[in-house]
Amino acid sequence: MYHYMTVSELAQRIKKREVSAEETTRSFIERIEELDEKVGAYITVEKDRALKTARDIDKKLKQGCELSPLAGIPMALKDNICTENIRTTCASKTLEDFVPPYSADVYERLEKAGCITLGKTNMDEFAMGSSTESSAFKVTRNPWDDSSIPGDSSGGSAAAVAAGMAAFALGTDTGGSIRQPAALCGVVGMKPTYGRVSRYGVVAYASSLDQVGPITRDVKDCALVLNHICGHDRRDSTSMVVAAPDFQAGLEEGIRGMRIGIPSEYFGKGIEQGVRDRVTEAIGVLEDLGAECEEVSLPHTIYALSAYYIISSAEASSNMARYDGIRYGYRAKDYSDLLDMYIKTRSEGFGAEVKRRIMLGTYALSSGNYDAYYKKAQKVRTLIKADFDSVFEDYDLIVCPTSSLVVIRSGEKTNDPLQKILPNVNTVPANIAGLPALSVPCGFLGNLPVGMQFIGKPFAESTLLRAAYAYQQNTGFHKMHPQV
Amino acid sequence: MNYETVIGLEIHAELATNTKIFCGCTTAFGDKENTHCCPVCLGLPGALPVLNKKVIEYAVKAGLATNCQINGFSKLDRKNYFYPDLPKAYQISQYDQPLCEEGYLDIKGDFGSKRIGITRIHIEEDAGKLLHEAEDGSTLVDYNRGGVPLIEIVSEPDLRSAEEARLYAEKIKAILEYTEVSDCRMQEGSLRFDVNLSVRPEGNSVLGTRTEMKNLNSFRALVNAIEDESKRQIEVLESGGEVVQETRKWDDVTGKNTSLRSKEEAHDYRYFPEPDLVPVVLEEEYIERIRKELPELPDKRAKRYVEEWGLPEYDAGVITASRPMAVFFEECVKSYGGDPKTVSNWVMGELMRLFNEKGAGAEDIPFPAVYMADLLKLVDDGTVSGSAAKRVFTEMFETGEQPKKLVERLGLLQISDEEALTGIIKRVMEKNPQSVEDYRAGTKKALGFLVGQTMKETKGKANPALVNNILKKLL
Repeated sequence: MYHYMTVSELAQRIKKREVSAEETTRSFIERIEELDEKVGAYITVEKDRALKTARDIDKKLKQGCELSPLAGIPMALKDNICTENIRTTCASKTLEDFVPPYSADVYERLEKAGCITLGKTNMDEFAMGSSTESSAFKVTRNPWDDSSIPGDSSGGSAAAVAAGMAAFALGTDTGGSIRQPAALCGVVGMKPTYGRVSRYGVVAYASSLDQVGPITRDVKDCALVLNHICGHDRRDSTSMVVAAPDFQAGLEEGIRGMRIGIPSEYFGKGIEQGVRDRVTEAIGVLEDLGAECEEVSLPHTIYALSAYYIISSAEASSNMARYDGIRYGYRAKDYSDLLDMYIKTRSEGFGAEVKRRIMLGTYALSSGNYDAYYKKAQKVRTLIKADFDSVFEDYDLIVCPTSSLVVIRSGEKTNDPLQKILPNVNTVPANIAGLPALSVPCGFLGNLPVGMQFIGKPFAESTLLRAAYAYQQNTGFHKMHPQV
Repeated sequence: MNYETVIGLEIHAELATNTKIFCGCTTAFGDKENTHCCPVCLGLPGALPVLNKKVIEYAVKAGLATNCQINGFSKLDRKNYFYPDLPKAYQISQYDQPLCEEGYLDIKGDFGSKRIGITRIHIEEDAGKLLHEAEDGSTLVDYNRGGVPLIEIVSEPDLRSAEEARLYAEKIKAILEYTEVSDCRMQEGSLRFDVNLSVRPEGNSVLGTRTEMKNLNSFRALVNAIEDESKRQIEVLESGGEVVQETRKWDDVTGKNTSLRSKEEAHDYRYFPEPDLVPVVLEEEYIERIRKELPELPDKRAKRYVEEWGLPEYDAGVITASRPMAVFFEECVKSYGGDPKTVSNWVMGELMRLFNEKGAGAEDIPFPAVYMADLLKLVDDGTVSGSAAKRVFTEMFETGEQPKKLVERLGLLQISDEEALTGIIKRVMEKNPQSVEDYRAGTKKALGFLVGQTMKETKGKANPALVNNILKKLL
């Protein structure tokens, strides 16, 4: 009965002690036990630990301690976020038994806020993939339609929230990995500005693109969770020293007079017609609310996917190198010498998608190829940033479809890796430019949700949240739940 | 045919910071394996580096002390290769935008003075250490050294002999010690040399094919390896062969270097900008502040010794080549109060003799400089003779005892009592009538013999000047 409550509603009830943190947690655990065999959202469920933490919270509440608004809220974490003493696998055989001796900054913050960790969610192996199907352990189903994928790569986190198996979840987003599954699972997902949230303890896929963010039922929850995970962390040199406002504060200010750019490139070829229709309808709602929506152009968008694929693979090839079987993680059983151990360990430990990206990235960085690939991709990156800068001189934010496709069946197109990342064509540019972006549900195509994306200026999360909140106050798509 | 050897040196120096380059672990040497490690320096999944500001400061200091240009903008890069001692399988280093560039040093030798160009100085992290001591033959890794900050100082190929290379390397060592950028403890591996070497027929302007020898960790190894490799390359060319571009390994025990890997087997390091770190941006004021903090460097100090204290240029060069030596020398001069040349004569003679005998350096001197000054004063006031003082000095180097106590313990107090000496000298003259006669007949050198016999009789304790006077009087 608590499964589809928002974090804000649950928090109220827990605070007023209408329900205990333990009861809440138990109810989510039961839901997981009942449904997760079908959905496949979790890799690890921490039942005992979760219940114990919940009881501790209840004790504090009884003692009348002043707790954070997130105290007692059951959450799920993508399995690439290090959790001390809880297995962190990255959905890879390589880290199947890896129990980190330390915690990610975001996890520390949420633990301190009193959140209950239900478990760790399924994902594409090391967040590389476009359907959560490259997990070494299991396939995650879209709770709206079990023949469809939940999106990449935080599919487990989005499915858990959509199926009422967590009040909220954290995902990571390198090329759309929060927004994409949020769109396909009909929930809210935000990738904050690069540098807004610490990456310390978040297992790197592509360091210059990765960012942690919330997956929630509605925009208000998104703001609330963001309040608790952002802030400067001296352990992450790319974490920015910027003031973190209360993201919930300006939510209700409305969007009258807000200038919204609608980039024609994000509605072009490759965008499913139904998606285009739903987003166009949603833009109508924004206009009704007083926003000034105008067509704009981001001319270098067509190069974004290629640049993304090169930069992310290049960084990944280096980030994956530490999994050599020497210090931790999987090591092959039989080997004749050091080289043989490296080869067998990595051949057996990594799945096909990770290997593909390691090879691609290694190629792009090799002497003789560097200028033609990596360097050129970095130049494209500069151009894409410049595109956004110029639009943001005149506009407050950009609105477009999140995923270009909605109907993506499990197992589809697995032999064409490039085709598989095409749905990310609209999400990748925000990563390349380091901008904040948010996806909200904006309707359905058949039985599957469609997502609308808001992209903002650096550190203008508040603007995105305000616009998305206004939209949700006037629509009901975020209140619809799948029949699992 | 005569050949010219062309050498470039890459010198790695561990910086004297308290903590590692990207985490807060201590850089202390010699503790139990894998006790100075954390998620960052072990390269655990999700761990991120944070640049230690002291590392920048020390590297800038080294750059300024070697006349480098300091780049206001530099960045860190990943150097990718697999090896068990490298936890992330990439080393964070600097590739195309190092901190310091275009410096130089002057070296002095029999060839006169020569300017050696310094291409660049960059910062990077050290790797762990493989231990092959396990009984079952397996290899273990100690990551305590992993992440200790290094600077790499790359010279131009301006060196032409093992001697020049040694002088240059010693000079770098002295500068790093003077600036306290590195403690340069060579036995702990905190200063290591890579040699790039080629040979070419004299007069030829085109460089020959070079080889690289890595991780030489003593000046002796540096000299021997250069001589051996230079000889080998010349032999290859003389016998009509071609030098192959490769990495070679120097073996201190056999005194030979052997091929390690060829150019084809060389790594493609796939350098690219480290995305986990932001570029290093230095303001002009920061650089100037560090420039002002630079101590007096060896060249300047040597010049002062020559100009103000009248030391021979050679002596001044030797004494200032090591910071601990120069510090010891100056403290001694100050405490002694007499002619600094007297001190430098003792340093150049007795102290250097002991260093050579013991394989020691100034940092190994077991007594404070003031003891040496005290000893010199004892000579000056006639308490001990010069020869007795040398015995005291040798003993002092063994035990670290105070000179006065040693003089007493060894019974070396000089006899300056005229009456007592006259008695002894009379005895000596009685025993050596021939010499007495010779002297009186005009053979002046007989005096020296009689002085010597008197010194022998007194076990060196007699005041030689006094003995001379008395002898002359009696004769």
